Amino acid sequence: MATRGFLGRRRSSDPRLPPGQYDVGSRWPVLTAEVTPRIDLAKWTFRIEGLVDRPSTWTWDEIHALPPSTYSGDIHCVTTWSKLGVSFTGVSVDTLLDAAGVAPEATHVLAFSHTPYTTNLPLPDVTHGKAWIVWEFDGKPLELQHGGPARLLVPHLYFWKSAKFIAGLRVLDHDEPGFWEQNGYHDRGDPWLEQRYQGD
Amino acid sequence: MNEPAMPKMQWQPARVVDIRVETARAKTFRLALAEAAPHRAGQHYVVRLTAPDGYTASRSYSVASPPDGSNEFEITVERLDDGEVSTFLHDEVVMGDELEVRGPIGGWFVWDGDTPALLVGGGSGVVPLMAMLRLARRTDRADLVRMVVSVRSAGDLYYAHEIAGPETTLVYTRDEPAGSSRPPGRLAPGDIPQPIEPATIAYVCGSPSFAEAATGVLVGIGMDSDRIRVERFGPSG
Repeated sequence: MATRGFLGRRRSSDPRLPPGQYDVGSRWPVLTAEVTPRIDLAKWTFRIEGLVDRPSTWTWDEIHALPPSTYSGDIHCVTTWSKLGVSFTGVSVDTLLDAAGVAPEATHVLAFSHTPYTTNLPLPDVTHGKAWIVWEFDGKPLELQHGGPARLLVPHLYFWKSAKFIAGLRVLDHDEPGFWEQNGYHDRGDPWLEQRYQGD
Repeated sequence: MNEPAMPKMQWQPARVVDIRVETARAKTFRLALAEAAPHRAGQHYVVRLTAPDGYTASRSYSVASPPDGSNEFEITVERLDDGEVSTFLHDEVVMGDELEVRGPIGGWFVWDGDTPALLVGGGSGVVPLMAMLRLARRTDRADLVRMVVSVRSAGDLYYAHEIAGPETTLVYTRDEPAGSSRPPGRLAPGDIPQPIEPATIAYVCGSPSFAEAATGVLVGIGMDSDRIRVERFGPSG
């Protein structure tokens, strides 16, 4: 159904933009639904638990000692903005899961933050070079408002999956809806399929 | 934990049945659906505009009206100069036009009218909180609600003829109206009605900078972070 009088003035032929998204340019909107936590780096930890051979915890220094990995590309928010050509540096989630040893029956992870925030992801969406724990954005420390000191980065899915203030991953043999997923948002969130809400 | 697949939330036509000017930059649109779709105070709808060639632009807008069992609801839209959807809604849409909407959406920033609530809004962030205040008033539970609204000046206040009341504190950051006893300035601890009942949930809505400052004030006067829900506005043009 065409809207009377609407022609659209933001249209872009940029092939990097998924359907229904627009390029937000140099801005970076902040949509956190909780109070921004102040996390002491001396006490910061990242943990992998659940269906793994060796439940593992890394301190800030320990995780920085792992081989670094950088993502360069685009990010897409369900509220329809996309940010193109960005770069994040941290460590690949593969490195962390390999260290913990994922059990063969595992199918999903639940990412949890240093706040009550959680988000669920199928295991194949966080393995084989698709996901990172990052603490640098475009070469600078990740700002608190954008999820610092470290956030999960799963750039091929809508950005609510890239949990801010990441504290760990719980490896599961089933899907367990997280914060937004319990509140009507899609369990997977593929921007190219416009999986915005449950049922999409 | 595997839940049955939910049906896809469908786009549906919504007719514009009323347009009201709130401020120089904000208008309220009353939309009528084919049938009632009950919402919870604090939820939002997505509005989608479609060009003749199929190009679409969608933005989310909070519902300002309380749940009332009718097939109509209201959104208040701030006009952002570079906003593709908000400029169209402000400059082109007239009564009788049809828009496409999807919703209501959201299960976190919602208030069902039966728990103590502290509503703290900055500028256009007052919109979902207004649905909550209106719900409280229409169900005679205004005793449950305290609202603090921060605006630059009186001309920026939405719902100006309705919002004032015993539940409401207005904070002016730039220009205070004549007769105001409070000098203009940012939201401060003294602006929050205290004591805060322990069961209270705070709903903070506004720009990221307002939300950061307001949550800082609430934590500073002793509120537990887990009892503070936040909705930050992106540039939802």
